[in-house]
Amino acid sequence: MVDFGGWDMPVQYPAGTIEEHLRTRRHAGLFDVSHMGEIDVKGTDAITFVNRLTSNDVTKLVDGQAQYSALTTPKGTVIDDLLVYRLAADHLLLVVNASTTEKDWEWIKSHHAGESVELNNVSADYCQLALQGPDAQSILEKLTDLPLSEIKYYHFTHGSVDGVAGIVSRTGYTGEDGFEVYAPADRAEQLWNKILDVGQTGTPTGVLSCGLAARNTLRLEAGMALYGNDIDDTTTLFEANLGWICKLDKGDFTGREALAQQKQEGVKRKLAGFEVTERGIARDHQEVVVDGNRVGQVTSGSPAPFLKKNIGLAYVPAEYATVGQEIQIDVRGRLVGAQIVKTPFYKRQK
Amino acid sequence: MANVPEDLHYSKDHEWVRVEGDQAIIGITDYAQNSLGDVVYVELPKAEEEFAANEPFGSVESVKAVSEVFTPIAGTVVTINEALADEPESVNTDPYGGGWMIRLKMANRGEVDSLLTAAEYEDFTKAESE
Repeated sequence: MVDFGGWDMPVQYPAGTIEEHLRTRRHAGLFDVSHMGEIDVKGTDAITFVNRLTSNDVTKLVDGQAQYSALTTPKGTVIDDLLVYRLAADHLLLVVNASTTEKDWEWIKSHHAGESVELNNVSADYCQLALQGPDAQSILEKLTDLPLSEIKYYHFTHGSVDGVAGIVSRTGYTGEDGFEVYAPADRAEQLWNKILDVGQTGTPTGVLSCGLAARNTLRLEAGMALYGNDIDDTTTLFEANLGWICKLDKGDFTGREALAQQKQEGVKRKLAGFEVTERGIARDHQEVVVDGNRVGQVTSGSPAPFLKKNIGLAYVPAEYATVGQEIQIDVRGRLVGAQIVKTPFYKRQK
Repeated sequence: MANVPEDLHYSKDHEWVRVEGDQAIIGITDYAQNSLGDVVYVELPKAEEEFAANEPFGSVESVKAVSEVFTPIAGTVVTINEALADEPESVNTDPYGGGWMIRLKMANRGEVDSLLTAAEYEDFTKAESE
């Protein structure tokens, strides 16, 4: 168990990280992600308020739809990445990272400038379990009358799972199909045990409980950013390859001017995916070397259990951020060859 | 319960030493491999490299972390276990056999006597887990 953003969490369960990772890709994995934070925004100005503080366009959401977005600084850098759920025209739920929940809450509160909104940090009220993998739907179907096959990707609905009222959302952090279930915090254990039970954990093709290490290797293979590693308040959306959640045309939001300028001028550095091509594993914070010069840093480096390669994300000067560019990583004093590749490293077959 | 063969010597860093004449074979214990999890990479020295007692001679990597491995005794590397390059998981499945790491020519035959016996190592790991 380790401390993760103030929460005591398992790195892995007895099956081990590699098995947890592979089982999620082939069948199903269950993740306790109750450490995530939830901020409730209610009122007639809910949408305009959140739209002003985040980079993606909240006005595009319909009831029952969610979007990936970023809370930005005036420089267009990232305070946090988050999901914005539209429960109703006057009700949004923001799901944020554990380590940044307090920071986000303070930022959001401090930017409340007379809009008609009621803000509540409801993180303690919710538990969240993520059931991910090709078998996720068939497992969850055993516990709910909800028509899961009708819930589209990045959409959600209210309903009951094992008699527990909550939100079921077709979202996740693994690159697989799957669901995230938000429920009252005191029902976490019940839902956890029930899902493992109906998912036949303990059988070779059943659901496996998965820890932080597998959560990290899965999201990295899927090319998804981790706040604190790949994105933070020194990285702009364009540098971080998050231009796709940056809707400059939606109207004003924090950092819009800085981002518009950067879009025009171009970025000096970019987050790029790489594959290690020689023996060795690239790790977080190791330096990137090109032609003998230290030019960047690995933000996330790890073995990729499904791809059976060693991969990573690194910030490199924009001119090197092209697929095929050969780089080296300084692995504890040894220069190891790598190559920039397209991300995501892994894409599930639909 | 971790396996702790009687005929080996042990260190508090969870390495084992098997003596064969004036040579010593070194690896990490069952307790260590269990704590590490799946081993995905092993970094070993080259033949003829010299190490002092308690110096790191390489590293063992799990998915999540890198751990240095230390030689409990001083010596010169005779051979290394090349098989670990393709099958690092041997460290998990056979830590005292196929998971061996390096063979040293001991600098000082008497050094092994100050290492832990199997019983002492077992007590040590029990105390560590508490």
